[in-house]
Amino acid sequence: MAVGLNHYLVLGAMLFTIGILGIFLNRRNVILIMMSIELVLLAVNVNLVAFSRFMGHVDGQIITFFVMTVAAAEAAIGLAILVAFFRNRATIDVEEIDSMKG
Amino acid sequence: MSANQLIVLTPLMGSLVAGLLAGRIGKGGAIGATIVGMLISAILSIRVFMEVAVGNAPTIQEEVFSWIVSGQFTVHFGILIDRITAIMLIVVSGISTLIHIYSIGYMEEDPDQPRFFSYLSLFTFAMLTLVTADNFLQLFFGWEGVGLASYLLIGFWYKKESACNAAIKAFLVNRVGDFGFALGIFTIFLIFGTLDYTQVFQMAANGEFKQMMDFPLLGQVPTITLICLLLFIGAMGKSAQFFLHTWLPDAMEGPTPVSALIHAATMVTAGVFMVCRASPLFELSPTALEVVTVVGAVTALFAASVGLVQNDIKKVIAYSTCSQLGYMFFAAGVSAYAASMFHLMTHAFFKALLFLSAGAVIHAMHHEQDMRRMGGLAKKIPMTYAVMMIGTLALTGFPFLAGFYSKDAILESAYAAHSMVGIFAWSMGMLAAVLTTFYSFRLVFMTFHGQPADQHTYHHAHEAPWSMRGPLVVLAVGAVFAGVVGVPMIEKQWFREAIFLAPGHDALENSHHVPGWVKWLPFAAFLLGLATAWMMYMRLTQLPGILAETFRRTHRFLVNAWYFDRLYDWMFVQMAKKIGEGLWRTGDETIIDGYGVNGAAANCARIAGWLRSIQSGYVYHYAFVMVIGVLVLVTVYT
Repeated sequence: MAVGLNHYLVLGAMLFTIGILGIFLNRRNVILIMMSIELVLLAVNVNLVAFSRFMGHVDGQIITFFVMTVAAAEAAIGLAILVAFFRNRATIDVEEIDSMKG
Repeated sequence: MSANQLIVLTPLMGSLVAGLLAGRIGKGGAIGATIVGMLISAILSIRVFMEVAVGNAPTIQEEVFSWIVSGQFTVHFGILIDRITAIMLIVVSGISTLIHIYSIGYMEEDPDQPRFFSYLSLFTFAMLTLVTADNFLQLFFGWEGVGLASYLLIGFWYKKESACNAAIKAFLVNRVGDFGFALGIFTIFLIFGTLDYTQVFQMAANGEFKQMMDFPLLGQVPTITLICLLLFIGAMGKSAQFFLHTWLPDAMEGPTPVSALIHAATMVTAGVFMVCRASPLFELSPTALEVVTVVGAVTALFAASVGLVQNDIKKVIAYSTCSQLGYMFFAAGVSAYAASMFHLMTHAFFKALLFLSAGAVIHAMHHEQDMRRMGGLAKKIPMTYAVMMIGTLALTGFPFLAGFYSKDAILESAYAAHSMVGIFAWSMGMLAAVLTTFYSFRLVFMTFHGQPADQHTYHHAHEAPWSMRGPLVVLAVGAVFAGVVGVPMIEKQWFREAIFLAPGHDALENSHHVPGWVKWLPFAAFLLGLATAWMMYMRLTQLPGILAETFRRTHRFLVNAWYFDRLYDWMFVQMAKKIGEGLWRTGDETIIDGYGVNGAAANCARIAGWLRSIQSGYVYHYAFVMVIGVLVLVTVYT
């Protein structure tokens, strides 16, 4: 069975869904949320590369590089925030982070 | 600036100097400034009186400056001195000067003398503006000015609650009258297109105006009657006529010189002056004249009846003033304007004299005003007694004193008017004349005769200083001779063009030809009143008490001045309070606050309460909303 575009797209969708669910269902750890975000971005990357490959354009792959760069920067900043937050509050429990509650 | 303008201006200057510079020039300087201002004004008034009223100089008319120019509407400040004004000038500035001098003695112990003298001069300025006006708006300016000065002076002792209340009452009651007066002036402008006396009277005489006005509900209303009735409402307020009289007795809370000047001699006669001044209008409206006659006649009797039972020496004289103003009005109502002005002039003398003598008595008794606590003062203060006696005799119409000429002229004119209202006014006036004599002599007997009620004050009673006695003597001379000297006033055409008489309105003319008994009846009334008063207060001194006990209800009715105060309190004051309370509780608290201001705020808070629960603070909630949002957008746009 040849691997077609649909397979990639399904994989992307699954990764995306896992990522989203990871954000929603996770009640413990902020690091998990960040990992889930990475997963969502990864799903997008998979789609981009797949489209790029099957449509014969290289643009998608270039954009993927951009996305990865941004993801790396985001991870770095996110982790830095997290460290600072942990120093302040001594916890990274998601349930505890509600100081913006109205 | 002409000398005639100075008559009006010098009191104002005196007032300003005394009021604004008292701190710099001291008490004496302030008093001196006002008196110098008044003296200049009085001397110039006498000069112009000599020219216009004694001599034969024509009417003086000067334009001082343009006051309001707005499209068709132009009003200027002017000076108009004809014979009516000349008489008013001499009365106002003359008596005001005397009262300024009198006040030096009367107010000696008061710490606020500069303020007092400043107000007095301010009043005189306003009154002189009023009488010299040559248009209705300037008249209104003076009219309000005297109202203001009256308010300030009634409430002069502002630490006394009763004085403040009396001042407010005077102002409010006058507001009712002034409202009518203002409407009258508006109507004049609407109908005639100008407020200038000369032009208005000219057009009225020629009939060049709209005769009828259409009103919703009322239908066609004759404009002249409407104007005259509205103006007369103003006169009723200012001159304390029936229904709007309630402020005058209360105004006695002010210092006695104020009562003499404002609430007896000058301001309260402004209404009479205005009716005489507007005679070219009133003459055209028989209805308005009838109203004036009836209101005047009723007031004359009403006030005299209330005066019978008052125990406050100033209240008696106040009701007497009210009653005499009634005489003046019904004289004007039967077209005997000259008699009305004549009585105004003589009344100014003897009533100012009575008030100032009463002030001397009060001064002697250390601010005791209740006549029941006086008695026997004739021996202690013989001079005050003498001048008060002159004043009383002049008021009651003792032959050849001032009131004899003017009051008889009024009564005879009313009789000679040969109309229903004329006879009504005449009988009311005759009855009131008996009562006048009775209450006047009751006052004299209770105060100066009999046994002293309070030995302590009696022993300390002393004659007033010369600054007070001097004006009394001058006024006493006036009260004796004003009638004899002034009697030419009621001769035909003395007032020349100042007073207009419609053809057939010749009550004053006919008054010289009334039957003999009509001429003698006022003297009989005088004797009857005197005899009754003498019986009740000199011989059978138990009688008044017994009568009061027997006719208890009548007595209460009179003491409470026909329950007018209570009626007005119930009708207007309580009603206004209830309406105010309703508007406060329901209108403001329930509707505006409940549904408006606080209601809106409460609703905002409630809605915000719902909305804030969205703001949970959890990151994953926000992320969830974002995803849902993206999903919705994607669904919509694909």
